[in-house]
Amino acid sequence: MKYIIAIIQPDRVQDVLAKLEEKEIHLVTVSQVLGRGRQKGIAEVYRSHKEPGNLLKKVKLEIAVNQEFVAATIDAITSGARSGQIGDGKIFVLDLAEVVRIRTGETGGVAIG
Amino acid sequence: METTVGKARSSIFPLIFFLVFLVITALATVVAAADEAPKIDSGDTAWVLMASALVLLMTPALAFFYGGLVRRKNVLSVLMQCFLLMCVISIQWVLFGYSLAFGPDVGGWIGNLDWFGLKGVGLTAHAGYAATIPHQAFMIFQMMFAIITPALIIGAFAERMKFAAFAVFTLLWATLVYDPVCHWVWGIGGFMRTWGALDFAGGTVVHINAGIAALVCALVLGKRIGYPNNSAPPHNLPFAVLGAGLLWFGWFGFNAGSALGAGALATTAFVATHIASAAAGLTWSLIEWARHGKPTVLGIITGAVAGLVAITPASGFVNPIGAIWIGIGASVLCYLSAVIMKAKFGYDDTLDAFGVHGVGGIWGAIATGLFATKTVNAAGADGLFYGNPAQLMIQVKATLVTVAWSFVMSFVLLKIVNAVMGARASEHEERVGLDLTGHSESAYTILD
Repeated sequence: MKYIIAIIQPDRVQDVLAKLEEKEIHLVTVSQVLGRGRQKGIAEVYRSHKEPGNLLKKVKLEIAVNQEFVAATIDAITSGARSGQIGDGKIFVLDLAEVVRIRTGETGGVAIG
Repeated sequence: METTVGKARSSIFPLIFFLVFLVITALATVVAAADEAPKIDSGDTAWVLMASALVLLMTPALAFFYGGLVRRKNVLSVLMQCFLLMCVISIQWVLFGYSLAFGPDVGGWIGNLDWFGLKGVGLTAHAGYAATIPHQAFMIFQMMFAIITPALIIGAFAERMKFAAFAVFTLLWATLVYDPVCHWVWGIGGFMRTWGALDFAGGTVVHINAGIAALVCALVLGKRIGYPNNSAPPHNLPFAVLGAGLLWFGWFGFNAGSALGAGALATTAFVATHIASAAAGLTWSLIEWARHGKPTVLGIITGAVAGLVAITPASGFVNPIGAIWIGIGASVLCYLSAVIMKAKFGYDDTLDAFGVHGVGGIWGAIATGLFATKTVNAAGADGLFYGNPAQLMIQVKATLVTVAWSFVMSFVLLKIVNAVMGARASEHEERVGLDLTGHSESAYTILD
């Protein structure tokens, strides 16, 4: 089992979720985050105060998948989120030790889907 | 001795006669002066000034109504567009807009520039427009209408129009679409006014005008990226509700202020305005409840606004029961156009500027021809339901001409602006959001 974390551009969320749906990957957690990579970002100006473009708004997706779905998930996220510009984001694949469905107490691969 | 007494007696009479003559002449001078200058009524003036402030409030109210309905990355762009209009149109109005709209008539089509820079627009009353308030009070009241009308169009192109193009387009639109139509309907000598078209506070001049321009902008600029599949739900419905509430409040200035005096006519317009909005809000809620099982906040505020739009031309001519019917009709028709027709035809009228203001305004103008009654306003006319079908035909004619002019001129102006400077924001600007790309500002911080 793997835990996939993806940091993507906020305006790509709808596209990525649509691609995941196509591959039958339904379960996902989405959160709003700030971050920076090498992307310089957009400066903000408030009267005389200039906010340098440091932390940018991004969206984090977290998906727990069985091994068979890893490639499809990465593929879906990449095709939905890629624009070709700096700032498209990253995908991290972590090993997942255990999964428990709270309602029923099931564990393991069965509890993921 | 006798001569002296006789002399004294005879020289007093001419003096007394001369004194009486002076007194009478003095009285004549005072009375004549009062007749020449219409008397300024402090009650009327107070109400019109207050109404002007209420109508101005409607523009920032609209800004929040619209702002709450767009995505958070674009809310500032909407607020900015509204605030810019408050500044730009005010200056345009003073310099030449007021003269074009209300100045001395040229052929029934437009006013001349005699009142350029408000020359001749002073503090005594203009008997033809508003006999009991200073001319400048009438001017500033009308200015607020000129400001909010282009602001309504924002709803059609929200989230995808370049700010500079917006500024140029709306300035041209105000001068070449709003000012002429305003002159036709409300200007002395305007040809629709001469026809006897009834528009108490701006059904044709404001709502049909802006609503049709909105449809044109939505069609010419095209749909937002991903529309209609990518969802863009309102980012702050509480803002939208606040905006709608302030619009309702300000609308009392819009409609009741158009009586241009404080008294019976203002009262009837006030009552009709309120009742129509209430009836419309209730109707929209009931429609949603019936169709979906749940009424929504977005629905009830949209309904209320639709009712306010529709009652605008009718407010000084109908009785409260007529206002209820107009409100009900507004919600039914605007629901059909904004919810059902828009989904069916797929055009991206983002915030239903055409669906609510265009359709609501057309219904209101027609409804005025149905429900108007001279028992409410003797200076108006009777509508179809009071035995006079002729008024309905006049209303239909006025509506059709306004629709045609607004459609063609808005199309031409937008095409010109688009060709010269590009009207639509780039894909990058649209994706990142107009706030950051157009104004280097972000509405909400995340950390602190």
